[in-house]
Amino acid sequence: MDASTWELIWRNLWPMLVATVTQTIPLTLISFSIGLVLALFVALARLSSITPLSLLARGYISLIRGTPLLVQLFIVFYGLPQFGIVMDPFPAAVVAFSLNVGGYAAEVIRAAILSIPKGQWEAAQTIGMGYVLTLRRVILPQAARTAVPPLSNTLISLVKDTSLASTILVTELLRVAQLAAAPTFDFFALYGVAAVYYWVVCLILSFAQNRVEERLERYVAR
Amino acid sequence: MTGPADGSEPLLSVRGVRKSFGDLQVLRDISFDVPAGTVTTVIGPSGSGKTTVLRTLNALDRADAGVIRVGDVTVDFAEPVDRAVLARLRAQSGMVFQAHNLFPHRTVLENVIEGPVIVQKRPEADAIAEAKELLAQVGLAEKADQYPYQLSGGQQQRVGIARALALRPQLMLFDEPTSALDPELVGDVLRVIKELAAQGWTMVIVTHEIRFAQQVADQVLFIEGGVVLESGPPAQVLGKPEQARTRQFLRRILDPI
Repeated sequence: MDASTWELIWRNLWPMLVATVTQTIPLTLISFSIGLVLALFVALARLSSITPLSLLARGYISLIRGTPLLVQLFIVFYGLPQFGIVMDPFPAAVVAFSLNVGGYAAEVIRAAILSIPKGQWEAAQTIGMGYVLTLRRVILPQAARTAVPPLSNTLISLVKDTSLASTILVTELLRVAQLAAAPTFDFFALYGVAAVYYWVVCLILSFAQNRVEERLERYVAR
Repeated sequence: MTGPADGSEPLLSVRGVRKSFGDLQVLRDISFDVPAGTVTTVIGPSGSGKTTVLRTLNALDRADAGVIRVGDVTVDFAEPVDRAVLARLRAQSGMVFQAHNLFPHRTVLENVIEGPVIVQKRPEADAIAEAKELLAQVGLAEKADQYPYQLSGGQQQRVGIARALALRPQLMLFDEPTSALDPELVGDVLRVIKELAAQGWTMVIVTHEIRFAQQVADQVLFIEGGVVLESGPPAQVLGKPEQARTRQFLRRILDPI
């Protein structure tokens, strides 16, 4: 790599960091939070003994998992305007990613809830707890321990999937790299920097995952 | 505490309770009374329905038919039952499980105050003070801040008893409280239950410990095939059983080899 390439990288380090911090990371965190709440309700619906509710949840999960994320993104951003639903790129991306996380994380949460022994539900019942209280105080805090590793996978995947938002004009990290590379054809250097940025974000998240796991392990025999 | 009581009116009355799981009829026609301040032990071979009897009393298993009355709450299970009514029935009794079912993510003290504070909305300071007394009563005062996994099976079971007592129930239910324990830990749990009996708690205890049943019970129910085959004071049911089936069961359990 010659001096002008280094110069190009140097000039774009800051704009790419700005894109990461102001677009990629917020897009990830907002979508993941909304998706997680959605996933909890979808998981509960899927576990419900009310058949239509359970079927609806199954259908949703199947649809989300059975179609490409890029297609989901295009439907939200390019497809929905035909029905009068027009969104800016960033909110459109949030909608698509949230719905996507909702489908994937629902299965993780469902499995985690099922991993809690029936006796815990019964004990909660005998001390007078109803369904919501039992979930909140007894089941979900324990299910969290099982769910954190696979949910971290979902989160880390999402960090990288946000790069797809470049296709619907969100000026996130990859889009900034693309724009910088286009006039110079120095793709390797700028996409390389983008890759490193993604990697660092994922490293930080992995570190956070370990901390959360340690915290949740405190009541388990080692 | 509202628990210990005496009086002649039965605290618990069970009439014609039936329960099926799918095609399997587990309880055919169960009726009995438990006077306030007395101890009833339920014995019988495995699969006889004795645990199901206990579980219908607080609607963990909902009876298909029959009437259950605890204190002033009466539920007729032949009719559609409102959830609020079931909750009231459940609030009458405290339950101790075979597998203790403590909340593993909460300390011993947190386990005991969970019901009083979160469900019954009692002031936390009062609940903590009472929980500490209860833990002292079951001999675990110094374990309050430990997690369940740090305790032995017998200690876990005694926390389970304290957790149930903390709800101030009228009636205490025990589902084979010592069956999952190492033999050397059984005594501690039985001693605690005996003390509760001496304090006048009304209790229904499903157990395999025949000698314990003999010492602690005012009434013994022998259940077989989903019916109460024989009932009465322990001296009669365990000492001079009328039914051949009861005699056979006792012989097997007291002299297994």
